[in-house]
Amino acid sequence: MTRQPISSGSEWTFELIREYDREIARIAHDIYGLDTYPNQIEVITAEQMMDAYASVGMPLGYHHWSYGKHFLHTEKHYKRGQMGLAYEIVINSDPCIAYLMEENTMTMQALVIAHACYGHNSFFKGNYLFRSWTDAGSIIDYLVFAKQYISQCEERYGIDAVEDLLDSCHALMNYGVDRYKRPYPVSAEEERRRQQEREEYLQRQVNDLWRTIPINPDAHNKHQEESRYPAEPQENLLYFIEKNAPLLEPWQREVVRIVRKVAQYFYPQRQTQVMNEGWATFWHYTLLNHLYDEGKVSDGFMMEFLQSHTSVIYQPPFDSEWFSGINPYTLGFAMMQDIRRMCENPTEEDRRWFPDIAGSDWLETLKFAMRTFKDESFILQYLSPKVIRDLKLFAIVDDEKDDHLQVAAIHDDSGYRKVRELLAAQYNLGNNEPNIQVWEVDRRGDRSLTLRHQRHEGKPLGKTTERMLKHLHRLWGFDIHLLSMEGDTIKAEAHMPPRPGNSEESIPRFDMNIPPI
Amino acid sequence: MSYVIDRRLNGKNKSTVNRQRFLRRYKAHIKKAVEEAVGRRSITDIEHGEQISIPGRDIDEPIFHHGPGGRQTRVFPGNREFATGDRIPRPEGGGGGGGGGSQAGNTGEGEDDFVFQITQEEFLDFMFEDLALPNLIKRHLAGTDTFRTVRAGISQQGNPSRINIVRSMRSAHARRIALSGGSRARLREALRELELLRQQQPDNLIDINDLELEIQQLRARIDRVPFLDTFDLRYNLLVKQPDPSSRAVMFCLMDVSGSMTQATKDIAKRFYILLYLFLQRNYERIDVVFIRHHTSAKEVDEEEFFYSRETGGTIVSSALRLMQQIIADRYSPNEWNIYCAQASDGDNWNDDSPICRELLIRQLMPAMQYYCYVEITPREHQALWYEYEQVAEHFPDSFAQQQIVDAGDIYPVFRKLFQKRMAT
Repeated sequence: MTRQPISSGSEWTFELIREYDREIARIAHDIYGLDTYPNQIEVITAEQMMDAYASVGMPLGYHHWSYGKHFLHTEKHYKRGQMGLAYEIVINSDPCIAYLMEENTMTMQALVIAHACYGHNSFFKGNYLFRSWTDAGSIIDYLVFAKQYISQCEERYGIDAVEDLLDSCHALMNYGVDRYKRPYPVSAEEERRRQQEREEYLQRQVNDLWRTIPINPDAHNKHQEESRYPAEPQENLLYFIEKNAPLLEPWQREVVRIVRKVAQYFYPQRQTQVMNEGWATFWHYTLLNHLYDEGKVSDGFMMEFLQSHTSVIYQPPFDSEWFSGINPYTLGFAMMQDIRRMCENPTEEDRRWFPDIAGSDWLETLKFAMRTFKDESFILQYLSPKVIRDLKLFAIVDDEKDDHLQVAAIHDDSGYRKVRELLAAQYNLGNNEPNIQVWEVDRRGDRSLTLRHQRHEGKPLGKTTERMLKHLHRLWGFDIHLLSMEGDTIKAEAHMPPRPGNSEESIPRFDMNIPPI
Repeated sequence: MSYVIDRRLNGKNKSTVNRQRFLRRYKAHIKKAVEEAVGRRSITDIEHGEQISIPGRDIDEPIFHHGPGGRQTRVFPGNREFATGDRIPRPEGGGGGGGGGSQAGNTGEGEDDFVFQITQEEFLDFMFEDLALPNLIKRHLAGTDTFRTVRAGISQQGNPSRINIVRSMRSAHARRIALSGGSRARLREALRELELLRQQQPDNLIDINDLELEIQQLRARIDRVPFLDTFDLRYNLLVKQPDPSSRAVMFCLMDVSGSMTQATKDIAKRFYILLYLFLQRNYERIDVVFIRHHTSAKEVDEEEFFYSRETGGTIVSSALRLMQQIIADRYSPNEWNIYCAQASDGDNWNDDSPICRELLIRQLMPAMQYYCYVEITPREHQALWYEYEQVAEHFPDSFAQQQIVDAGDIYPVFRKLFQKRMAT
């Protein structure tokens, strides 16, 4: 076969980018059948890339000092050469927006197009979490609405008031998502229209909740005193605050809601990091190799591509100074490649472990995996002994009751299942974030809010708890109590405003009465 | 289907607002850091920004996270020698070894400082914040004889070269609608009626004639409304604004007699540079005149001013006289804001000090915007200081004196001299 490369130099032009995009799209769509949103490829400068970084991947965000902090941080590290910028940022929207940096060479641009515009893009469109939790068509409009609304609030109520509120909301952002209930998408225009009604309606509802005039003293009070409010513990703290906090103004509720919505939009991304990157990496690898096989790119192109591909999927060992956790690109790419291998060339071991997929159609199997899983379940389902061996995975248990660390399992026959389970659990956001839920509101008394933290594996809360309670207190407006539970026993408690002394002192103790000798 | 868009020409400073928000929030921290930096580094290298560091714990955004303790399990890559059941001593200080270390980095356990760079512009902003040039406004208004033409909206009068076409056409259009709108509506109606009539009753000639006549009259009426009337014309209005003199001259007076050591001169130099930078922020153009003196005064260039050596006694009035001469020759107080900074170790002929006082009070001070005198000496005040105190009594707004003992005092003294005062 004679090679007729699309380009030979490293300089890119818009014409070449279009040409590569056409070729990659042809392979992705026609040969591999990837389903994608239309692409909007935007070429930007390094400075603009830093801007995009600072707004944590939102194409347009409301103003907040923390984004300025991100920006200063990125700027400093980049200018000193301590870090390179990502080659691309891709946004889950319809059309799917991908940013390409102008510094990239032609090879890198092609790599990025394959990775972002066909890899990530098809993942956004296919994966069930994104399909059910985010609405790619309306996110940009919603962000526009959010930005306008928040700057209106700043004009009306002052920058400081809005900033304080946002600080508190951001602190609780991880607790602003519904994990199980599916929201239905609302277009941004509708959002704007509804916002006014909502303000009034919400306030009325809140007023009802806090009504102190008894409606029907005989019938109601008795019933209400007995029942706890909320009847079930609530995991979405921001939602609970938005709907129930007694003192928030309508505009404040709307701001809480905006932060909650943004958190919800990012929630699937946090749950599918390994899969998403693995999928995108797998496809840039596969698509560009296909281009090479067709003779559309040169050997030099492939050398450059492979060089950056290998550095992206490099996993430093645990004792390296570069180690900072498991590289999601490595793990994801290894697993995707492994699934294809098991389908095409299954070994005896694969047939034993994965009878369903060994020898099946790899493209269908892989797409099914992409559509139906998130990191936790994906690893639990597909992590094969071969990948565990290749990455030499091992599990360490650190128990406070033990003065030594213990190796729980390694990459051997007896350890595969255990390593797999533990690694999957590591990607369960529910395990990584303390499980804190709204337990009770004292409606008839001091209006205090009681939260319960259910300890996972005996892990206590970190040092930030007191500051977090301050944020909660700011939003709720009345006392906050946080009980840290192990099963049904209270292990620790925290209060805001802090209680004078320990709770033990409120109970008279005999030994305290004995004067010290 | 893909679209490729070149966004490189779009604004790149999308983060500017967020960055300003950040600076605003940590103003107190940054200001403190700037003040420390001013004290630390030589004033001469003030021409660049500054690295600011803020303690990490003041700046992190808290989230709920697990603390150390309990039972934590983590999976690591790259096993070499471990086998199941191995027991490893717990590594000190975390590192990669267990203990939920992966979360600590971004949740505020890290005590590392947050370090970032501010630009020179921002640095100076923070440095000169709360400082103001005294009497700036007074001189701005007085003695302006230059003007600047600026746009000031739209007028109905003007000369033809200033016609604002869009506005003129717009008001012509509005006038035409206002004057002929009714007729036009009637005309459209009549035309429709005529059409209808011709189809339905082609032989009803009377009505048709009436209608045709009416249409003719309506058309004539509409045509009488002129397309453009002088009434419609709009002109861009330009007005002359007095252009306040934004030129300043700064006189640097220094004693170079034998008692001034190089260290004292260095301190004086830093003070002058600070003053120069400060004036630069307020005026478009600044002249600097260096006058040095011992028993006689001389106008010199910067190099000679700071570094050449002289010996001899001290007669301050010689410098004041020379300054008066230069002002008369080159810097008319009507056009220039005149500032003077005098540095000395306080020595003067005893007989000369009263002369200085008289010179200042009678001749110089009325023309001065601000006169500051710094005495660089750890010793007791001398006669000149006490004479100057009387000058300060006469001109409390535009005369100030301070004592500097060592380099660390320069910036605080400078701040004291130019502290924003309550409007009187």
